[in-house]
Amino acid sequence: MPGIEDLYREIILDHYRAPRNRGELPVPPANKFEGFNPLCGDEVVLYLDVDGGAVKDVKIAGQGCSISQASSSMMSSAVKGKPVEEIRRLIRAFKALMSIHESKLEGESDGSDLADELEGVRLGDLEALQGVVKFPVRIKCATLAWNTLQQGLDEAS
Amino acid sequence: MSVTDVKDPLDVDRIKADFPILTRQVHGKRLVYLDSANSSQKPEAVIDAMDRHLREYYANIHRGVYAISEESTAAYLAAHRKIAHLLNAASWREIVFTKNITEAINLVAYTWARANLREGDAIVLTQMEHHSNIVPWQILAAERGVELRWIPITPEYRLDTTELPRLLDGAKLLAVAGMSNVLGTINDIPTLTEAAHAAGALVLVDAAQAVPHLPVDVQAWGADFVGFTGHKMLGPSGIGGLWARAELLDAMPPFLGGGEMISDVSFEGFTTNELPWKFEAGTMPIVEATGLAAAIDYLEAIGLDAVRAHERQLAGYALRALRERFDDRLTIYGHDDLDERGAVISFLFEDIHAHDVSQVLDEDGVCVRAGHHCAKPLMRVLGVPATTRASFYVYNDEADADALVDSLVTAEKFFAI
Repeated sequence: MPGIEDLYREIILDHYRAPRNRGELPVPPANKFEGFNPLCGDEVVLYLDVDGGAVKDVKIAGQGCSISQASSSMMSSAVKGKPVEEIRRLIRAFKALMSIHESKLEGESDGSDLADELEGVRLGDLEALQGVVKFPVRIKCATLAWNTLQQGLDEAS
Repeated sequence: MSVTDVKDPLDVDRIKADFPILTRQVHGKRLVYLDSANSSQKPEAVIDAMDRHLREYYANIHRGVYAISEESTAAYLAAHRKIAHLLNAASWREIVFTKNITEAINLVAYTWARANLREGDAIVLTQMEHHSNIVPWQILAAERGVELRWIPITPEYRLDTTELPRLLDGAKLLAVAGMSNVLGTINDIPTLTEAAHAAGALVLVDAAQAVPHLPVDVQAWGADFVGFTGHKMLGPSGIGGLWARAELLDAMPPFLGGGEMISDVSFEGFTTNELPWKFEAGTMPIVEATGLAAAIDYLEAIGLDAVRAHERQLAGYALRALRERFDDRLTIYGHDDLDERGAVISFLFEDIHAHDVSQVLDEDGVCVRAGHHCAKPLMRVLGVPATTRASFYVYNDEADADALVDSLVTAEKFFAI
């Protein structure tokens, strides 16, 4: 049976207690995107400054549960300074990691197609969020920031 | 006299033994179920009654001339009688079964309200309502230009009735919860009904939380429509219903059209059946009705007065324990007057999200609900996106309240910043 240590790994609690890149950016030149989980009230406000095909700066605001806020913080660290194309690969990899539960449930996958998405992508700290898949109710908490990021990149380009 | 000096009117150890699910463990811990406001557990008697119906005399009702159809029909009628008796309705024909109370309220919205409300009429609701007693009226308001008004809540989590006469002026309906599923507040239905009737408005009571936990007498309440739901009162899901006075039901147009609710059908049209069948279209939750009947038997054997006294005591114990252990680090969204509140306790730590708290509690086998409890407008009034909610019922005792407090201590330490 999955235990709570699977969900709340030390690195997640660290990001929750000391979230990175908190604040706002002047809009413009940055863009502001908001994501909201109506089920539980998690809120992510994302400020993205995209310049020359890369995320020059990123800031996070909002409030919510430890999983959603840790995921936002970890996301912000992972994307800051990176080219947009690399970030898009990262988003796909992260969502593949999170959706492994759903696609297994629907019999669509046994997880082996995950390998393609993860090929060459260094998840680093993000791997700590893998435990979330054992708690399906919390998956939306973890993916909120990433869906907001994806939406932001789509709109900014 | 301290409440703890009084013996619990219920023998909870014996009651717990009646609920098979309470023997299981979760994460190696005893299952401490504190989410009955969401849905209640079922005693062996209910499970057994449904099982026997399916094994021994299942058949569709009303239609067959054969023996098991008669038996099945008799059980279904008995279920109507039992809930009518529990609520002190004038007749079992004033009970309409639906699949749940949400459907029952929608029934009133789609039949009585659409036949009687015009643009410019008003419906009075309250800030503490569940979505099932808000959204049907919002749908109607958008469709018909009916105005919705809201009775606010006080800082003490009670209904603020100071503006009630003004709110009721020109209103055709007052729709209100018997007991709040978030705050635990028990509303003074007789007084509200008197004011509404004086203003020319009818009254609908969302009694989803009230019927399972308090003695309810629809005559004493004086209300016109009362909704109830089986799964919150030890019965199965899939059965609930509406009580309304026969004259009202007779005057209302039908809800769902189909078999059973008709008297005659031709190529030209149809005539409706007598009460309550007029509002029970198609094959109804037959076996669930048997389950509900068994649940009512179980509750009446205990006695709703004893249930109320038990919960009053337990609420007092839990509130005291929470305040002693956490002081003002824990905000409790509800007042402390045990005579006017049920055993539903919503709370929040200052810096810990409700979801995280519930996750830690789950680790300890403690089941609570975290979220907006289908009362998002109320959450907005309270200024929070979600709360954690513990709710107690006949199978809970002080040990369960202790388990809740101990687990909350763990949660507070775990998420300490």
